[in-house]
Amino acid sequence: MNALLNIVHQVKNSFGLSANNTVRGGVHPAEHKQESTTLTIGSLALSKRLVLPLRQHVGHLPKVLVTVGQHVLKGQLLAEAEGNISAAIHAPTSGVVLAIEDALIPHPSGLPDQCIVLESDGQDTWGERVAIDWRHLDQPTLLAALRNSGIVGLGGAAFPTQIKLRTNPKVQIKTLVVNAAECEPYITCDDMLMRERAADILKGVEIAQYLLGAEECLIGIEDNKPEAAEAMRQACANSAVKNLQVIVVPTQYPSGDARQLIRLLTGMEVPNDKRSTDVGVQCFNVATLLALHRYFDFGEPALSRVVTITGNVSTPRNYEVLFGTPVTDLIAAAGGALDQTDDYIMGGPMMGFSLPSVDVPITKAANCIIASAPQLFAPPPPAMPCIRCARCADVCPVSLQPQELYWFSKSSNLEKARDYKLFDCIECGCCTYACPSNIPLVQYYRFAKSEIIAQDRAKEAADLARERNEFRLMRIEREKQERAQKHAQKAVGAQTEAAKEVLAVSANPEADAAKKAAIAAAIERAKAQKAAAAPQNIDKVEPAVQAEIAKIDARRDAAKQAVQAQLFESDPQDNK
Amino acid sequence: MSRSPYLSSAPSVSVIMVKVMLALIPAIAAYVWVYGAGILVTLALASATALTAEALMLKLRNRPIKPFLMDGSALLTAWLLALSLPPLAPWWLVVVGTLFAIVIAKHLYGGLGYNPFNPAMVGYAVLLISFPVIMTHWPAPLELAQAKLSFAEQYQFIFGASLPNGVQVDAISMATPLDYLKTQLTLHHQVQDITTASQFGAFGAKGGELVVWAYLLGGLYLLQQRLITWHLPTAFLGALALMAGAFYLVDANHFASPVFHLFTGASMLGAFFIITDPVSGPTTPKGKLIFAVGIAVLTYLIRVYGGYPDGVAFSVLLMNMCVPLIDAWTQPRVFGHSK
Repeated sequence: MNALLNIVHQVKNSFGLSANNTVRGGVHPAEHKQESTTLTIGSLALSKRLVLPLRQHVGHLPKVLVTVGQHVLKGQLLAEAEGNISAAIHAPTSGVVLAIEDALIPHPSGLPDQCIVLESDGQDTWGERVAIDWRHLDQPTLLAALRNSGIVGLGGAAFPTQIKLRTNPKVQIKTLVVNAAECEPYITCDDMLMRERAADILKGVEIAQYLLGAEECLIGIEDNKPEAAEAMRQACANSAVKNLQVIVVPTQYPSGDARQLIRLLTGMEVPNDKRSTDVGVQCFNVATLLALHRYFDFGEPALSRVVTITGNVSTPRNYEVLFGTPVTDLIAAAGGALDQTDDYIMGGPMMGFSLPSVDVPITKAANCIIASAPQLFAPPPPAMPCIRCARCADVCPVSLQPQELYWFSKSSNLEKARDYKLFDCIECGCCTYACPSNIPLVQYYRFAKSEIIAQDRAKEAADLARERNEFRLMRIEREKQERAQKHAQKAVGAQTEAAKEVLAVSANPEADAAKKAAIAAAIERAKAQKAAAAPQNIDKVEPAVQAEIAKIDARRDAAKQAVQAQLFESDPQDNK
Repeated sequence: MSRSPYLSSAPSVSVIMVKVMLALIPAIAAYVWVYGAGILVTLALASATALTAEALMLKLRNRPIKPFLMDGSALLTAWLLALSLPPLAPWWLVVVGTLFAIVIAKHLYGGLGYNPFNPAMVGYAVLLISFPVIMTHWPAPLELAQAKLSFAEQYQFIFGASLPNGVQVDAISMATPLDYLKTQLTLHHQVQDITTASQFGAFGAKGGELVVWAYLLGGLYLLQQRLITWHLPTAFLGALALMAGAFYLVDANHFASPVFHLFTGASMLGAFFIITDPVSGPTTPKGKLIFAVGIAVLTYLIRVYGGYPDGVAFSVLLMNMCVPLIDAWTQPRVFGHSK
C-alpha cells in the first residue's frame, strides 16, 4: 500500500501535478526547532566592547562619520549609506569610538574587514529619536529617510531595505509577501518574534504596504509553527489593515526562499531574469518589517535583532542582541557550549557557514548561531563517484540537473555549466543533503560560479583592452591619413600661391616693387641677425683651428638633419 | 569555511546496493525452488570472480580498494549477470562473463559511475554472441525434468563433471518458451497450439513464472524504498504490453499475448533491476520514459523478428548508447524559465 502511495506521489510529481502548495523537490531535515522555543526571547547584558563591521549588508561600504575618541549616543549615525546600494551603521549603545580598524568579521572567507569598535559607557543613553509621520508623507521623502535607517533584510540576505521599497512606476505592486516560513532547521528567531510581537510586525506590514502601494498582504508560515501562525492570525484580526491573510504552508525546505514562497502563496513563478516586483510582488521578512515599524513609529534605527543560539549549548534560546555584540557573550548567555563543541555555525545547517572564530560580532545577517558537535553534524564520509542516481535532481527546488552541473563543474566545462543554468542554483544544499555518494555538490557550484564570474571579468577587461588597442590603431591610421592629406593640400596650395604670384607680378608692377623691397629688407635683417649670432672669437684663429671648427659645424648640421629626418618618419604620438 | 549543508540524509551507495541485492533475494529463492540450488553455486562463483577482479583492477588503477570493494556495485553486477545466465551454466562461462563485465565494461571505462554500458548486460551479450548454444540451453524446471539432479550433482555438473550415469543432457534441459515459440512459429504452427507445450505456464514459462513474480515483488520493494522511480519499469512494461497487445490483436495466431511477453524472458528482471541501473541510464524523468520505451520496442522487435529468442540485453546496450543524447534533449524546465 505504502509502495503504491509512493508511486502515485512520484507520478504526480513528475507530471508537475503536485499541488501548488508544495515546493518542487525539497527535503525534510530534522527540524530541531523545539529546543530553542521553550523560553521567551531573552535580553543580553550590555557588552563592554561592540565591534561594528561596516559591511553588514549587500552593497557599498558606508562612509564613516565619526572619529576615534568621539563619544556617541545610542542610535547615533556612525556611518552613512554611500552610493546606490548601501546601508548605514548606528551606535547600538552610547560610548566612545575606540578604533576604526580591520577586525575579524563573520564571513565565510575568514578575512578581516573594516570595523568601528565602540566601548560602551554602560549608560545606554539614547540620542535624539524622531518618529516619522509616514501616513502624511510621500514615498520619496520616506525612502530618503529610510536610507539612513540602517535597515537591511533580516532574513539573512541583508539587502538594504530602502532599495526593495523603491517601486517601479511601470509595475503596480499588488501583493506584499511576508516571509515567515523560516524553513531552515534549528532557526527559530522569526518564530519567537511572531509569537511575542505579532502586533508590532503588522504595524511594519502597514508601513511596507503603504510604501509599496500593495493592496493585499500574504503571510507565509510553515506548518511547524502553529503558535506563531495563531499569533499572527489573532494580530491580523485585530489589525486595522485590510486584506491580510496568514497562509500556512507545508514544512518543506527550502520553502522560505523568496521565489519559492512567492510561488507557494501566489502561484506565480518569478521569471529567472526578473525581480519579483516585475510581477507585482515584493517580499519581506517579519523581522525586517518589525524594524520598519521601530524606525518610522519610534525613530529607532536598526540597532539589534533576535538571534537564535542553539545546538550544543546548555540552554538554547532566542535573544535580542545588539549588533556588534561578541558571539562569545551570546554563547555565555546560553549557558556556554557543551563538551565536544568543535565549531560554530552562523545561519542554519543547510546554508550557514562556520565562523572563523567566536570573537566575531553579531551582525545584521546573523539570525542563528549553532554550536556544532560531531554528534549533531557528523563530518561527511569521503566522497564516492557519482552514480547518476539523480536523487539530487529529484530534490532540486529549481529543477536543475545537479548531477550534470557537477560533471561540468568538476571538469571545468564552465560554458556547459552555464548552459545548464548554473546561475539559477540558489545553493540551498538539498542536492548535497540527498547525495548517497556524499559529494559536496554545492561547493562545486560555488567554485564554478566564482570561476565563471572571474572569467567574465577577465574577458571584459581583455575586451576593453582590445577595443582600446583597436581604437588606438585606428586613430594612428587616421592621423597618418590626415597628415598626408595636409601635406598634399600644402603642396597644392604652394603651387597655386606661386601661380598667383606670377600672375600678380605681371598684373601689378607697383605692388611688385614694394614686395621686392620688403623681401630685400627682410634678407638684410636676417643677415644682420646671423652675423650677431655667429661666434665673435673665431676671426683671428689659426687656419688649423678654423678647419676644425668647420668640420664640427658640418657634423652638427648632419646630425641635425638626421634627427629631423627621424622625427618626420616616426610618429610623435607613438612615443607616449 | 563554507562547507554547508552540514546535514545529510542519504543512504550511502553501499546501502543502496545492499538493498537492491536484498530485493533480489525472493527471486533467488524462487530459482532454488524451481531449478534447484545450483543457482547458488553460480551466484557464489560470479561474486568471487567479481570481487577478485574488482580488487585487482582497483589496485592496477591505484584506487583505494576497501571503499570501492565495500560499495557493493561489483557484487550487484555479478548477481545480475548470474541471474541472467542459464542455471547450471559451466563455471568458466560464469567467470568469463563476470570478468568481461567488471574488467572491460566497468573498469576500463573508469570504474563506478563512469561506465556508459550496463556491465552485467555487456557480460551477458558477450557470452550470448560467443557461446550461443550454451547460453540458450536452459535446464528444465525440476517439475518438468525427466531426471532431477541433486545439489551435489548440479555442483559437479557446473564444474565440468559429467552427468550421473544414464542421464542425458536432454533429460535435464529443454528449450525456453521464447525459444520454442520462435522455432515453432517458423514451422508454421500457431501460437495457440504451441503454447500448449509443457514448458508453458499460466502466464509465461512453467516454473519460471514464479521467478518472475519474485522479481516483481523485489521491484515493488525498490519502488517503496525509493531506490528507483516508477518511470522506467512502468514505461518499459507498459510499452512492451502495448506493442505486444497491438500485434496480438491484429493476429493472435502468430503473435503471443502481451501477458506472455511480460512474464517470459528477462522482461521483469529487466524492468526493475537491469534498465534501472542509474549509471548507464538517463537521469531526467522524460528521458527515463524515452529510454524505457526504446528498450521495450527493441526487445519486442528482437524477440519477434530478430535472431535471438530474447532481446532485453541488446536493447539495453543499444539504448545505453543514446543516453547522452536523451539526457541532453529532455532537460526539464528550470524554475523561472519559460523553457
